[in-house]
Amino acid sequence: MSACTRDEWMTVAAARLLRDRSVCFVGIGLPSAACNLARLTHAPEIVLIYESGTIGTRPQVLPLSIGDGELAETAACVVPLPEVFSYYLQAGRIDVGFLGAAQIDRHGNLNSTVIGPYGAPKTRLPGAGGAPEIALHARQVFVMARATKRSFVERLDFRTSAGYLDGHGARARLGAAGGGPRAVITDFGMLAPHPQSEELQLVALFADASVEEARAAVGWPLGVADRIDTIAAPTALELDTLRALNARTREAHARPVRIPL
Amino acid sequence: MSAAILSLAEAIERYVADGASVALEGFTHLIPFAAGHEIIRQRKRELHLIRMTPDLVYDQMIGMGCARKLTFSWGGNPGVGSLHRLRDAVEHGWPRPLELDEHSHAGMAAAFCAGAAQLPFGMLRGYIGTDLPAHNPNIRRVECPFTGEMLAAVPAINPDVTILHAQRADRAGNVAIDGIVGAAREAALAAKTLVVTVEELVDALPPAMNGIVLPHWVVGAVVPCRGGAYPSYAHGHYARDNAFYQRWDAIARERGSFLAWMEEHVLGTRDHHAFLARLQQEAA
Repeated sequence: MSACTRDEWMTVAAARLLRDRSVCFVGIGLPSAACNLARLTHAPEIVLIYESGTIGTRPQVLPLSIGDGELAETAACVVPLPEVFSYYLQAGRIDVGFLGAAQIDRHGNLNSTVIGPYGAPKTRLPGAGGAPEIALHARQVFVMARATKRSFVERLDFRTSAGYLDGHGARARLGAAGGGPRAVITDFGMLAPHPQSEELQLVALFADASVEEARAAVGWPLGVADRIDTIAAPTALELDTLRALNARTREAHARPVRIPL
Repeated sequence: MSAAILSLAEAIERYVADGASVALEGFTHLIPFAAGHEIIRQRKRELHLIRMTPDLVYDQMIGMGCARKLTFSWGGNPGVGSLHRLRDAVEHGWPRPLELDEHSHAGMAAAFCAGAAQLPFGMLRGYIGTDLPAHNPNIRRVECPFTGEMLAAVPAINPDVTILHAQRADRAGNVAIDGIVGAAREAALAAKTLVVTVEELVDALPPAMNGIVLPHWVVGAVVPCRGGAYPSYAHGHYARDNAFYQRWDAIARERGSFLAWMEEHVLGTRDHHAFLARLQQEAA
Protein backbone atom coordinates (compact mmCIF):
# COMPACT_ATOMS: atom_id res chain seq x y z
CA MET A 1 0.00 0.00 0.00
CA SER A 2 1.23 3.48 -0.82
CA ALA A 3 0.51 6.27 1.67
CA CYS A 4 -3.06 7.50 1.47
CA THR A 5 -4.98 10.44 2.88
CA ARG A 6 -7.58 10.07 5.61
CA ASP A 7 -10.29 11.13 3.13
CA GLU A 8 -9.25 8.23 0.90
CA TRP A 9 -9.20 5.82 3.82
CA MET A 10 -12.67 7.00 4.92
CA THR A 11 -14.00 6.57 1.41
CA VAL A 12 -12.57 3.06 1.15
CA ALA A 13 -13.89 2.11 4.61
CA ALA A 14 -17.38 3.33 3.68
CA ALA A 15 -17.28 1.53 0.33
CA ARG A 16 -16.48 -1.77 2.06
CA LEU A 17 -19.68 -1.49 4.12
CA LEU A 18 -21.79 -1.64 0.95
CA ARG A 19 -23.04 -5.03 -0.18
CA ASP A 20 -23.48 -5.94 -3.81
CA ARG A 21 -27.09 -5.54 -5.04
CA SER A 22 -28.00 -3.22 -2.17
CA VAL A 23 -30.06 -0.14 -3.03
CA CYS A 24 -28.36 3.08 -1.94
CA PHE A 25 -29.65 6.63 -1.75
CA VAL A 26 -26.55 8.65 -2.51
CA GLY A 27 -25.53 12.18 -1.52
CA ILE A 28 -22.88 14.35 -3.16
CA GLY A 29 -19.26 14.39 -1.96
CA LEU A 30 -17.57 11.57 -0.05
CA PRO A 31 -20.71 9.35 -0.08
CA SER A 32 -20.92 9.56 -3.87
CA ALA A 33 -17.24 8.62 -4.11
CA ALA A 34 -17.70 5.71 -1.68
CA CYS A 35 -20.75 4.31 -3.48
CA ASN A 36 -19.12 4.48 -6.89
CA LEU A 37 -15.89 2.98 -5.55
CA ALA A 38 -17.95 0.05 -4.24
CA ARG A 39 -19.60 -0.29 -7.65
CA LEU A 40 -16.23 -0.26 -9.43
CA THR A 41 -14.69 -2.84 -7.07
CA HIS A 42 -16.63 -5.45 -5.06
CA ALA A 43 -20.26 -4.42 -5.71
CA PRO A 44 -20.83 -4.20 -9.49
CA GLU A 45 -24.60 -4.72 -9.14
CA ILE A 46 -25.18 -2.09 -6.46
CA VAL A 47 -28.14 0.17 -7.30
CA LEU A 48 -27.37 3.87 -6.85
CA ILE A 49 -30.22 6.35 -6.59
CA TYR A 50 -29.61 10.10 -6.54
CA GLU A 51 -32.43 12.32 -5.31
CA SER A 52 -32.64 14.07 -8.67
CA GLY A 53 -34.51 10.95 -9.83
CA THR A 54 -31.76 8.91 -11.47
CA ILE A 55 -32.16 5.25 -10.57
CA GLY A 56 -29.49 2.60 -11.14
CA THR A 57 -26.99 5.16 -12.38
CA ARG A 58 -23.41 4.18 -13.30
CA PRO A 59 -21.50 7.44 -13.78
CA GLN A 60 -18.01 7.36 -15.33
CA VAL A 61 -17.08 10.52 -13.40
CA LEU A 62 -18.45 11.71 -10.06
CA PRO A 63 -21.13 14.35 -10.43
CA LEU A 64 -20.43 17.84 -9.06
CA SER A 65 -24.13 18.39 -8.47
CA ILE A 66 -26.85 15.93 -7.57
CA GLY A 67 -28.32 16.34 -11.05
CA ASP A 68 -25.42 16.36 -13.52
CA GLY A 69 -26.31 15.08 -17.00
CA GLU A 70 -23.87 12.19 -16.50
CA LEU A 71 -26.22 10.71 -13.89
CA ALA A 72 -29.21 10.73 -16.25
CA GLU A 73 -27.27 9.38 -19.25
CA THR A 74 -25.97 6.37 -17.33
CA ALA A 75 -29.16 5.60 -15.36
CA ALA A 76 -31.51 2.65 -15.78
CA CYS A 77 -34.34 5.17 -15.57
CA VAL A 78 -35.03 8.75 -14.57
CA VAL A 79 -38.17 9.47 -12.55
CA PRO A 80 -39.69 12.71 -11.23
CA LEU A 81 -38.38 13.79 -7.83
CA PRO A 82 -41.68 13.34 -5.94
CA GLU A 83 -41.59 9.67 -7.01
CA VAL A 84 -38.12 9.16 -5.56
CA PHE A 85 -39.20 10.48 -2.20
CA SER A 86 -42.67 8.93 -1.95
CA TYR A 87 -42.62 5.71 -4.02
CA TYR A 88 -39.05 4.65 -3.21
CA LEU A 89 -37.80 6.27 0.01
CA GLN A 90 -41.03 6.65 2.00
CA ALA A 91 -42.28 3.29 0.71
CA GLY A 92 -39.31 1.56 2.32
CA ARG A 93 -37.46 0.58 -0.86
CA ILE A 94 -34.03 1.96 0.13
CA ASP A 95 -31.46 -0.23 1.93
CA VAL A 96 -28.80 2.36 2.68
CA GLY A 97 -28.95 6.12 3.00
CA PHE A 98 -25.71 8.09 3.15
CA LEU A 99 -25.61 11.38 5.03
CA GLY A 100 -23.07 14.01 5.94
CA ALA A 101 -23.54 16.91 8.35
CA ALA A 102 -21.88 19.93 9.90
CA GLN A 103 -22.61 18.60 13.40
CA ILE A 104 -23.34 15.16 14.85
CA ASP A 105 -24.10 14.30 18.47
CA ARG A 106 -23.54 11.17 20.56
CA HIS A 107 -26.82 9.63 19.39
CA GLY A 108 -26.15 10.22 15.71
CA ASN A 109 -28.57 13.14 15.35
CA LEU A 110 -27.42 15.52 12.61
CA ASN A 111 -27.37 19.26 11.98
CA SER A 112 -27.03 20.69 8.49
CA THR A 113 -29.19 23.79 9.07
CA VAL A 114 -27.58 26.49 11.24
CA ILE A 115 -24.76 27.20 13.68
CA GLY A 116 -26.19 29.50 16.35
CA PRO A 117 -29.88 30.26 16.90
CA TYR A 118 -32.22 29.56 13.97
CA GLY A 119 -33.63 33.10 13.93
CA ALA A 120 -30.22 34.79 14.07
CA PRO A 121 -27.63 32.26 12.90
CA LYS A 122 -23.90 32.74 13.15
CA THR A 123 -23.57 30.48 10.11
CA ARG A 124 -26.43 29.63 7.81
CA LEU A 125 -25.80 26.14 6.37
CA PRO A 126 -27.56 24.79 3.24
CA GLY A 127 -30.33 23.07 5.18
CA ALA A 128 -32.18 19.78 5.14
CA GLY A 129 -32.53 18.68 1.52
CA GLY A 130 -33.44 15.01 1.53
CA ALA A 131 -31.80 14.26 4.87
CA PRO A 132 -34.72 14.21 7.39
CA GLU A 133 -36.66 11.60 5.43
CA ILE A 134 -33.57 9.61 4.38
CA ALA A 135 -32.69 9.46 8.09
CA LEU A 136 -36.20 8.28 8.84
CA HIS A 137 -36.87 5.69 6.13
CA ALA A 138 -33.64 4.09 4.89
CA ARG A 139 -33.18 0.61 6.42
CA GLN A 140 -29.81 1.79 7.62
CA VAL A 141 -27.97 5.08 7.48
CA PHE A 142 -24.23 5.54 7.13
CA VAL A 143 -22.83 8.93 8.14
CA MET A 144 -19.56 10.26 6.77
CA ALA A 145 -18.06 13.24 8.58
CA ARG A 146 -14.62 14.52 9.48
CA ALA A 147 -14.24 14.70 13.25
CA THR A 148 -13.38 17.83 15.22
CA LYS A 149 -14.70 19.13 18.50
CA ARG A 150 -16.76 21.61 16.48
CA SER A 151 -18.42 18.90 14.40
CA PHE A 152 -18.75 16.00 16.91
CA VAL A 153 -20.54 17.97 19.61
CA GLU A 154 -22.14 17.52 22.99
CA ARG A 155 -25.23 19.45 21.86
CA LEU A 156 -26.44 20.26 18.33
CA ASP A 157 -27.37 23.84 17.51
CA PHE A 158 -30.27 22.46 15.44
CA ARG A 159 -31.52 18.94 14.87
CA THR A 160 -32.10 18.58 11.12
CA SER A 161 -32.27 14.77 10.97
CA ALA A 162 -33.05 12.16 13.58
CA GLY A 163 -30.49 9.63 14.66
CA TYR A 164 -31.45 7.86 17.88
CA LEU A 165 -32.78 11.10 19.47
CA ASP A 166 -32.04 10.62 23.20
CA GLY A 167 -31.30 6.91 22.82
CA HIS A 168 -32.70 3.91 24.69
CA GLY A 169 -35.33 3.27 22.02
CA ALA A 170 -36.59 6.86 21.69
CA ARG A 171 -36.32 6.72 17.90
CA ALA A 172 -38.39 3.56 17.53
CA ARG A 173 -41.03 4.88 19.96
CA LEU A 174 -41.49 7.93 17.74
CA GLY A 175 -42.38 5.67 14.82
CA ALA A 176 -39.29 6.00 12.63
CA ALA A 177 -39.42 3.09 10.19
CA GLY A 178 -35.74 2.83 9.24
CA GLY A 179 -32.92 1.51 11.40
CA GLY A 180 -31.05 4.78 11.96
CA PRO A 181 -27.31 5.50 11.80
CA ARG A 182 -25.67 2.07 11.95
CA ALA A 183 -22.19 3.43 11.23
CA VAL A 184 -20.36 6.75 11.38
CA ILE A 185 -17.23 6.74 9.24
CA THR A 186 -14.80 9.43 10.27
CA ASP A 187 -11.10 10.33 10.04
CA PHE A 188 -9.89 7.95 12.73
CA GLY A 189 -12.19 5.00 12.08
CA MET A 190 -15.76 4.10 12.81
CA LEU A 191 -18.43 4.62 15.47
CA ALA A 192 -21.58 2.54 15.88
CA PRO A 193 -24.51 2.69 18.31
CA HIS A 194 -24.37 0.72 21.56
CA PRO A 195 -27.11 -1.95 21.38
CA GLN A 196 -28.99 -0.66 24.46
CA SER A 197 -28.14 2.99 25.01
CA GLU A 198 -27.83 3.69 21.27
CA GLU A 199 -24.94 6.01 22.09
CA LEU A 200 -22.23 6.07 19.43
CA GLN A 201 -19.10 4.31 20.54
CA LEU A 202 -15.76 3.57 18.97
CA VAL A 203 -15.90 0.19 17.22
CA ALA A 204 -13.06 0.35 14.71
CA LEU A 205 -9.85 2.27 14.10
CA PHE A 206 -7.75 2.80 11.01
CA ALA A 207 -4.54 0.81 11.35
CA ASP A 208 -2.51 3.95 12.10
CA ALA A 209 -5.01 5.65 14.47
CA SER A 210 -5.36 5.37 18.26
CA VAL A 211 -8.08 5.51 20.89
CA GLU A 212 -6.46 8.68 22.25
CA GLU A 213 -6.68 10.34 18.85
CA ALA A 214 -10.34 9.38 18.60
CA ARG A 215 -11.15 10.71 22.06
CA ALA A 216 -9.33 13.96 21.34
CA ALA A 217 -11.37 14.53 18.18
CA VAL A 218 -14.80 13.98 19.73
CA GLY A 219 -16.65 16.61 21.77
CA TRP A 220 -18.32 14.18 24.18
CA PRO A 221 -16.70 11.53 26.44
CA LEU A 222 -16.38 8.83 23.79
CA GLY A 223 -17.31 5.31 24.84
CA VAL A 224 -15.26 2.42 23.50
CA ALA A 225 -16.66 -0.98 22.50
CA ASP A 226 -15.39 -4.14 24.23
CA ARG A 227 -13.67 -5.06 21.01
CA ILE A 228 -12.16 -2.57 18.59
CA ASP A 229 -11.61 -3.79 15.04
CA THR A 230 -8.80 -2.58 12.85
CA ILE A 231 -9.77 -1.19 9.45
CA ALA A 232 -7.15 -2.45 7.04
CA ALA A 233 -5.41 0.10 4.88
CA PRO A 234 -6.75 0.52 1.34
CA THR A 235 -5.53 -2.15 -1.07
CA ALA A 236 -3.71 -1.14 -4.21
CA LEU A 237 -6.84 -1.92 -6.25
CA GLU A 238 -9.08 0.22 -4.03
CA LEU A 239 -6.69 3.13 -4.01
CA ASP A 240 -5.92 2.99 -7.73
CA THR A 241 -9.62 2.80 -8.57
CA LEU A 242 -10.51 5.72 -6.29
CA ARG A 243 -7.66 7.90 -7.51
CA ALA A 244 -8.48 7.22 -11.15
CA LEU A 245 -12.13 8.08 -10.46
CA ASN A 246 -11.15 11.32 -8.74
CA ALA A 247 -8.70 12.23 -11.51
CA ARG A 248 -11.36 11.65 -14.21
CA THR A 249 -13.76 13.73 -12.16
CA ARG A 250 -11.40 16.69 -11.69
CA GLU A 251 -10.60 16.72 -15.39
CA ALA A 252 -14.28 16.58 -16.36
CA HIS A 253 -15.36 19.35 -13.99
CA ALA A 254 -12.65 21.72 -15.19
CA ARG A 255 -13.32 21.05 -18.88
CA PRO A 256 -14.57 24.23 -20.60
CA VAL A 257 -18.20 24.04 -21.65
CA ARG A 258 -19.28 25.52 -24.96
CA ILE A 259 -21.39 28.57 -24.24
CA PRO A 260 -24.76 27.91 -25.89
CA LEU A 261 -24.92 30.98 -28.12
CA MET B 1 -56.74 28.20 -26.38
CA SER B 2 -53.11 28.29 -27.38
CA ALA B 3 -50.26 29.66 -25.31
CA ALA B 4 -48.97 33.10 -26.22
CA ILE B 5 -45.51 33.22 -27.78
CA LEU B 6 -43.73 36.18 -26.25
CA SER B 7 -40.28 37.63 -25.86
CA LEU B 8 -38.72 37.10 -22.45
CA ALA B 9 -38.93 40.80 -21.59
CA GLU B 10 -42.64 40.84 -22.48
CA ALA B 11 -43.38 37.67 -20.50
CA ILE B 12 -41.66 38.91 -17.33
CA GLU B 13 -43.28 42.32 -17.63
CA ARG B 14 -46.72 40.81 -18.12
CA TYR B 15 -46.66 37.96 -15.60
CA VAL B 16 -44.22 38.80 -12.79
CA ALA B 17 -45.68 41.60 -10.66
CA ASP B 18 -43.90 43.13 -7.69
CA GLY B 19 -44.91 41.14 -4.61
CA ALA B 20 -45.83 38.00 -6.59
CA SER B 21 -45.02 34.46 -5.50
CA VAL B 22 -42.72 33.04 -8.16
CA ALA B 23 -41.30 29.54 -8.62
CA LEU B 24 -38.40 29.11 -11.04
CA GLU B 25 -38.14 25.31 -10.96
CA GLY B 26 -35.85 22.74 -12.50
CA PHE B 27 -33.78 20.45 -10.28
CA THR B 28 -30.16 21.27 -11.20
CA HIS B 29 -31.16 20.60 -14.83
CA LEU B 30 -33.13 23.21 -16.87
CA ILE B 31 -32.88 26.01 -14.33
CA PRO B 32 -34.42 29.10 -15.98
CA PHE B 33 -31.42 31.44 -15.56
CA ALA B 34 -32.39 33.73 -18.43
CA ALA B 35 -35.76 34.42 -16.78
CA GLY B 36 -34.10 35.07 -13.42
CA HIS B 37 -31.75 37.56 -15.05
CA GLU B 38 -34.62 39.33 -16.81
CA ILE B 39 -36.45 39.65 -13.46
CA ILE B 40 -33.28 41.28 -12.10
CA ARG B 41 -33.01 43.60 -15.13
CA GLN B 42 -36.62 44.70 -14.68
CA ARG B 43 -35.88 45.33 -10.99
CA LYS B 44 -38.83 43.37 -9.66
CA ARG B 45 -39.22 43.71 -5.90
CA GLU B 46 -40.87 42.07 -2.86
CA LEU B 47 -41.04 38.67 -4.55
CA HIS B 48 -41.82 35.50 -2.66
CA LEU B 49 -39.34 33.12 -4.29
CA ILE B 50 -40.10 29.40 -4.27
CA ARG B 51 -37.62 26.70 -5.29
CA MET B 52 -36.46 23.43 -3.76
CA THR B 53 -32.81 24.29 -4.37
CA PRO B 54 -32.33 28.07 -4.65
CA ASP B 55 -29.09 27.51 -6.62
CA LEU B 56 -27.11 30.35 -8.17
CA VAL B 57 -30.20 31.84 -9.82
CA TYR B 58 -31.82 32.75 -6.49
CA ASP B 59 -28.47 33.68 -4.96
CA GLN B 60 -28.33 36.32 -7.70
CA MET B 61 -31.94 37.47 -7.29
CA ILE B 62 -31.66 37.64 -3.49
CA GLY B 63 -28.37 39.52 -3.67
CA MET B 64 -29.90 42.01 -6.11
CA GLY B 65 -32.76 42.75 -3.71
CA CYS B 66 -35.66 41.11 -5.59
CA ALA B 67 -36.88 38.89 -2.75
CA ARG B 68 -38.78 39.38 0.48
CA LYS B 69 -39.38 35.69 1.27
CA LEU B 70 -37.90 32.32 0.29
CA THR B 71 -39.61 28.92 0.36
CA PHE B 72 -36.92 26.25 -0.09
CA SER B 73 -35.50 22.93 1.05
CA TRP B 74 -31.75 23.02 0.32
CA GLY B 75 -29.82 26.25 -0.16
CA GLY B 76 -26.25 25.49 -1.20
CA ASN B 77 -24.03 25.63 -4.28
CA PRO B 78 -24.15 21.92 -5.19
CA GLY B 79 -20.81 20.21 -4.67
CA VAL B 80 -19.12 23.56 -4.02
CA GLY B 81 -20.39 25.05 -0.74
CA SER B 82 -22.44 28.01 0.40
CA LEU B 83 -24.69 30.38 -1.48
CA HIS B 84 -22.98 33.48 -0.10
CA ARG B 85 -25.71 35.96 -1.05
CA LEU B 86 -28.41 33.81 0.55
CA ARG B 87 -26.24 33.52 3.66
CA ASP B 88 -25.61 37.27 3.78
CA ALA B 89 -29.35 37.95 3.56
CA VAL B 90 -30.15 35.50 6.38
CA GLU B 91 -27.16 36.28 8.60
CA HIS B 92 -26.96 40.07 8.09
CA GLY B 93 -30.16 41.17 6.37
CA TRP B 94 -28.21 42.33 3.28
CA PRO B 95 -29.38 43.80 0.98
CA ARG B 96 -32.62 43.33 2.91
CA PRO B 97 -34.01 40.82 5.43
CA LEU B 98 -35.30 37.58 3.97
CA GLU B 99 -38.16 35.63 5.52
CA LEU B 100 -37.62 31.86 5.35
CA ASP B 101 -40.23 29.14 4.84
CA GLU B 102 -37.97 26.13 5.16
CA HIS B 103 -38.77 22.50 4.35
CA SER B 104 -37.19 19.18 3.50
CA HIS B 105 -37.17 17.97 -0.12
CA ALA B 106 -39.86 15.39 0.66
CA GLY B 107 -42.05 18.03 2.32
CA MET B 108 -41.70 20.47 -0.54
CA ALA B 109 -42.35 17.77 -3.13
CA ALA B 110 -45.57 16.91 -1.27
CA ALA B 111 -46.56 20.59 -1.23
CA PHE B 112 -46.02 20.89 -5.00
CA CYS B 113 -48.00 17.69 -5.63
CA ALA B 114 -50.91 19.05 -3.57
CA GLY B 115 -50.69 22.33 -5.44
CA ALA B 116 -50.83 20.57 -8.81
CA ALA B 117 -53.88 18.59 -7.65
CA GLN B 118 -55.52 21.74 -6.24
CA LEU B 119 -55.72 20.10 -2.81
CA PRO B 120 -55.30 22.28 0.29
CA PHE B 121 -52.35 20.39 1.75
CA GLY B 122 -49.82 17.70 1.06
CA MET B 123 -48.97 14.93 3.48
CA LEU B 124 -46.07 12.65 4.08
CA ARG B 125 -44.56 10.35 6.64
CA GLY B 126 -41.83 12.80 7.51
CA TYR B 127 -40.41 15.59 9.68
CA ILE B 128 -40.11 13.18 12.62
CA GLY B 129 -37.41 14.03 15.16
CA THR B 130 -36.39 17.25 13.40
CA ASP B 131 -36.50 20.81 14.75
CA LEU B 132 -37.95 22.20 11.51
CA PRO B 133 -41.62 22.14 12.65
CA ALA B 134 -40.67 24.14 15.75
CA HIS B 135 -39.50 26.96 13.47
CA ASN B 136 -41.99 26.67 10.63
CA PRO B 137 -45.73 26.86 11.45
CA ASN B 138 -46.37 25.56 7.92
CA ILE B 139 -45.29 22.09 9.05
CA ARG B 140 -48.07 20.47 11.07
CA ARG B 141 -49.44 17.04 11.95
CA VAL B 142 -52.66 15.49 10.69
CA GLU B 143 -54.36 12.29 11.82
CA CYS B 144 -55.25 9.62 9.27
CA PRO B 145 -59.04 9.17 9.59
CA PHE B 146 -58.72 5.45 8.82
CA THR B 147 -55.76 4.26 10.88
CA GLY B 148 -55.19 7.06 13.37
CA GLU B 149 -51.57 7.40 12.26
CA MET B 150 -50.17 10.90 12.67
CA LEU B 151 -48.67 12.25 9.44
CA ALA B 152 -46.90 15.46 8.53
CA ALA B 153 -48.92 18.07 6.62
CA VAL B 154 -47.71 21.04 4.58
CA PRO B 155 -49.88 23.63 2.83
CA ALA B 156 -50.12 23.29 -0.95
CA ILE B 157 -47.79 25.51 -2.95
CA ASN B 158 -49.65 27.44 -5.66
CA PRO B 159 -47.29 30.09 -7.06
CA ASP B 160 -48.70 33.10 -8.87
CA VAL B 161 -46.22 32.24 -11.61
CA THR B 162 -44.08 29.21 -12.27
CA ILE B 163 -41.28 29.65 -14.78
CA LEU B 164 -39.57 26.63 -16.33
CA HIS B 165 -36.98 26.11 -19.01
CA ALA B 166 -37.60 23.23 -21.45
CA GLN B 167 -35.92 21.71 -24.49
CA ARG B 168 -38.78 22.42 -26.88
CA ALA B 169 -42.31 23.58 -27.53
CA ASP B 170 -44.47 23.50 -30.62
CA ARG B 171 -46.22 26.55 -32.02
CA ALA B 172 -49.46 25.81 -30.17
CA GLY B 173 -47.52 25.94 -26.90
CA ASN B 174 -47.25 22.25 -26.00
CA VAL B 175 -44.01 21.89 -24.03
CA ALA B 176 -41.78 18.80 -23.91
CA ILE B 177 -39.13 18.11 -21.27
CA ASP B 178 -36.75 15.18 -20.96
CA GLY B 179 -33.85 14.21 -18.74
CA ILE B 180 -33.92 15.05 -15.03
CA VAL B 181 -37.28 16.70 -14.34
CA GLY B 182 -37.26 17.22 -10.57
CA ALA B 183 -40.61 18.66 -9.50
CA ALA B 184 -41.03 20.70 -12.69
CA ARG B 185 -44.31 19.07 -13.73
CA GLU B 186 -45.86 19.57 -10.28
CA ALA B 187 -44.63 23.17 -10.01
CA ALA B 188 -46.03 23.85 -13.50
CA LEU B 189 -49.49 22.47 -12.77
CA ALA B 190 -49.60 24.12 -9.34
CA ALA B 191 -49.12 27.62 -10.80
CA LYS B 192 -51.80 30.18 -11.52
CA THR B 193 -49.77 31.08 -14.62
CA LEU B 194 -47.06 29.03 -16.29
CA VAL B 195 -44.32 30.60 -18.40
CA VAL B 196 -41.82 28.35 -20.19
CA THR B 197 -38.63 29.43 -21.89
CA VAL B 198 -37.49 26.91 -24.51
CA GLU B 199 -34.35 26.04 -26.43
CA GLU B 200 -36.31 25.70 -29.67
CA LEU B 201 -39.75 26.19 -31.13
CA VAL B 202 -40.63 23.30 -33.47
CA ASP B 203 -43.45 22.45 -35.89
CA ALA B 204 -44.16 19.11 -34.23
CA LEU B 205 -42.90 17.62 -30.97
CA PRO B 206 -41.26 14.18 -31.14
CA PRO B 207 -43.35 11.29 -29.73
CA ALA B 208 -43.30 11.82 -25.99
CA MET B 209 -43.70 8.25 -24.72
CA ASN B 210 -42.95 8.66 -21.01
CA GLY B 211 -41.29 12.05 -21.35
CA ILE B 212 -43.07 14.98 -19.78
CA VAL B 213 -45.42 17.09 -21.88
CA LEU B 214 -47.21 20.13 -20.54
CA PRO B 215 -50.21 20.60 -22.82
CA HIS B 216 -50.84 23.99 -24.40
CA TRP B 217 -53.93 24.83 -22.32
CA VAL B 218 -51.96 24.83 -19.05
CA VAL B 219 -49.19 26.97 -20.56
CA GLY B 220 -49.62 30.75 -20.31
CA ALA B 221 -46.68 31.78 -22.45
CA VAL B 222 -43.82 30.20 -24.36
CA VAL B 223 -40.60 32.16 -24.79
CA PRO B 224 -38.00 31.04 -27.33
CA CYS B 225 -34.66 31.46 -25.53
CA ARG B 226 -31.59 29.52 -26.66
CA GLY B 227 -29.17 28.82 -23.86
CA GLY B 228 -31.82 29.93 -21.35
CA ALA B 229 -30.67 27.47 -18.68
CA TYR B 230 -26.94 28.29 -18.84
CA PRO B 231 -24.88 27.81 -16.58
CA SER B 232 -27.31 25.03 -15.67
CA TYR B 233 -27.94 22.77 -18.65
CA ALA B 234 -30.41 21.52 -21.21
CA HIS B 235 -29.95 17.83 -21.85
CA GLY B 236 -29.26 17.17 -25.52
CA HIS B 237 -28.29 20.82 -26.08
CA TYR B 238 -25.46 21.80 -23.73
CA ALA B 239 -23.80 20.57 -20.54
CA ARG B 240 -23.85 22.03 -17.04
CA ASP B 241 -20.94 24.46 -16.68
CA ASN B 242 -19.52 22.97 -13.50
CA ALA B 243 -16.46 25.23 -13.76
CA PHE B 244 -18.75 28.26 -13.66
CA TYR B 245 -20.48 26.94 -10.53
CA GLN B 246 -17.04 26.61 -8.94
CA ARG B 247 -16.04 30.14 -10.03
CA TRP B 248 -19.27 31.57 -8.59
CA ASP B 249 -18.04 30.84 -5.08
CA ALA B 250 -15.35 33.53 -5.36
CA ILE B 251 -17.56 35.99 -7.29
CA ALA B 252 -20.39 35.89 -4.74
CA ARG B 253 -18.29 35.71 -1.57
CA GLU B 254 -18.01 39.49 -1.16
CA ARG B 255 -20.74 42.08 -1.77
CA GLY B 256 -18.47 44.24 -3.92
CA SER B 257 -17.31 41.51 -6.30
CA PHE B 258 -20.87 40.20 -6.56
CA LEU B 259 -22.35 43.61 -7.41
CA ALA B 260 -19.61 44.35 -9.92
CA TRP B 261 -20.20 41.01 -11.67
CA MET B 262 -23.97 41.47 -11.78
CA GLU B 263 -23.60 45.06 -12.97
CA GLU B 264 -21.35 44.05 -15.83
CA HIS B 265 -22.93 40.76 -16.88
CA VAL B 266 -26.64 41.07 -16.14
CA LEU B 267 -27.65 44.72 -15.72
CA GLY B 268 -25.06 45.68 -18.33
CA THR B 269 -26.40 43.34 -21.00
CA ARG B 270 -29.62 43.86 -22.96
CA ASP B 271 -30.79 40.25 -22.93
CA HIS B 272 -29.67 36.65 -22.46
CA HIS B 273 -28.00 36.49 -25.85
CA ALA B 274 -25.86 39.50 -24.96
CA PHE B 275 -25.12 37.93 -21.54
CA LEU B 276 -23.86 34.73 -23.18
CA ALA B 277 -21.88 36.72 -25.75
CA ARG B 278 -20.17 38.63 -22.93
CA LEU B 279 -19.17 35.37 -21.23
CA GLN B 280 -17.89 33.90 -24.47
CA GLN B 281 -15.84 37.03 -25.12
CA GLU B 282 -14.25 36.65 -21.66
CA ALA B 283 -13.52 32.96 -22.24
CA ALA B 284 -11.80 33.66 -25.59
